[in-house]
Amino acid sequence: MAAVSIAPAPRITTLILQRKTLAIGLAVILAIALFALLAPLIAPYAPNKLSIVNRLKPPSGTYFFGTDEFGRDIFSRTIYAGRLSLTVGAAATVFAGVIGITLGLVAGFFRRADTVIARIVDAMMAFPDILLAIALVAALGPSLATVIVALGIVYAPRLARIVRASTLVIRELPYVEAARALGVPTWRIMTRHVLRNLVSPILVQATFIFAYAMLAEASLSFLGVGVSPEIPTWGTMIASGRQYVGQADWMTIFPGVAIILSVLSLQLVGDGLRDLLDPRLRKDL
Amino acid sequence: MNHSPSPQGGDVLLSVRNLSKRFHTASGPVKAVEDVSFDVGRGRIVGIVGESGSGKTTAGRCILRLVEPSEGEAVFDGVDLFKLPEKALRAYRRRMQIIFQDPYSSLNPRMRVGDIIGEAIDTHGLAKGAARQARIADLLARVGLSPEHARRYPHEFSGGQRQRIGIARALAVEPELIVADEPVSALDVSVQAQVLNLIQELQKELGLTMLFISHDLTVVEYLCDDIVVLYLGRIMEQGPSREVYANPRHPYTKALLSTAPIPDPTVRRERVILQGDIPSPLDPPSGCVFRTRCPFAIEACAKAVPPRESVSPSHSVACIRQAELATLATQKVTA
Repeated sequence: MAAVSIAPAPRITTLILQRKTLAIGLAVILAIALFALLAPLIAPYAPNKLSIVNRLKPPSGTYFFGTDEFGRDIFSRTIYAGRLSLTVGAAATVFAGVIGITLGLVAGFFRRADTVIARIVDAMMAFPDILLAIALVAALGPSLATVIVALGIVYAPRLARIVRASTLVIRELPYVEAARALGVPTWRIMTRHVLRNLVSPILVQATFIFAYAMLAEASLSFLGVGVSPEIPTWGTMIASGRQYVGQADWMTIFPGVAIILSVLSLQLVGDGLRDLLDPRLRKDL
Repeated sequence: MNHSPSPQGGDVLLSVRNLSKRFHTASGPVKAVEDVSFDVGRGRIVGIVGESGSGKTTAGRCILRLVEPSEGEAVFDGVDLFKLPEKALRAYRRRMQIIFQDPYSSLNPRMRVGDIIGEAIDTHGLAKGAARQARIADLLARVGLSPEHARRYPHEFSGGQRQRIGIARALAVEPELIVADEPVSALDVSVQAQVLNLIQELQKELGLTMLFISHDLTVVEYLCDDIVVLYLGRIMEQGPSREVYANPRHPYTKALLSTAPIPDPTVRRERVILQGDIPSPLDPPSGCVFRTRCPFAIEACAKAVPPRESVSPSHSVACIRQAELATLATQKVTA
């Protein structure tokens, strides 16, 4: 242990690289995001280009992931589908975050609001996720925005619950009392003292929600109630591949692997971030 | 009825009158604090003692309006704090601060020490920029830490150091009154003395008025000018600590004092060992709440809440048998 007193703060990159799971997770999800972003440059074929002659071709040098029943390139489609899945996942998470965190904080702080919010949240949690999402999409009319809003609403209660429960604990802690004794305004106590201490659970939950939302989008597309069917998504790809599982398993395997990789890497990122953000678990001191 | 002994020295900073706090629970109301009145003279240290569950912490919290009191008043420098709306109260918050028992949960783990102390300064707009930094450094130095510590997080400090940070935060707004809620009871014995000395030095240096809540009678005797003995939310005895320690009149005070160790093996003291536990505040005994554990309880004790009886102008006891017991004791000695 060298001079402890005024060591310069370690760079964020070093902190990340020190944690293998976080680094790997981040690398994988960023790679997937990059592929999705640069899809027009990377994809060898247009995602909807038909080639009946080349239908149900197994993976090869020309078609890395093989082709589907219309001869469309699975590799190109998987990359393009990533755009939609990631967008829906991220946007739904942000939406769920804004609603969930606000509701949770308000419920945790104001007893009167709590009685109302807690009931609504419990009622929403009682519905199966997909069923509620289908109902919301049906009510709002199917579109990309609708799917995002619906999934955001479906997953907001999870965050609201976690934030509320933690808020109820933290608001009774002496450091919050100290802030009240100092006359710190309530909204500042909520953000600075409560929310700041909730970053880890919120982040961890957000990565879960990101992953769930991607899965849910795939399920909605699989069921045909998501975005319009001509846009490739991992869900619609698996749905169409289902009929050919015996003959052309690559049709389901590759989009399936894409989902698994994204979900898994998000979880690793969440876990890694939780450790990184908790000063007590930091080992760089 | 409102009469309560006032400290010698006249100038009263805080006057608590008939403070009551009831918590409403599923199994009925809990009388945590009941009809508590006392005065705190400017620059004096008043000790509030009692077992756990005696309501001493709740009383302290009520005075600072961290817990809303059910009844009574707390007149601070001529203004009843209990009647102030939240906004007006904010200005008074600067004048009274609190030091907590637990040095761990009383500091936000996500904030640097400098920000913890800085928040106090910012909230009341006391200093900005370089002046703010200088003030933080000065406060840290004052509590025996170094200015570099401002950049660190609470978990990097020991319990005693953390308590010092808590004290620095309280001092940051230059308060007149400090409620110290068992400030050393969570610390190692070796550190307790250091922190106590620090509190005492600061109190003298800054002329602070203090409400020192504790269950440690030795500490209270050492530090406090006046003492208030609580049992089950009610005052059993109060007065200048020298008088109360030398001449305890309430059986409960006697019992409490007899448990405190005396660092002199030649002094022998009759030990009064109380039977049983403190009764449930959900269903407190009728009349005198202490009667179920009192070795001198008689039938009359169950009939009515004992009124406050003056022993001297500033020393009072809530016991109907106090005079009788006092003569009994002297008879014993002379016999």
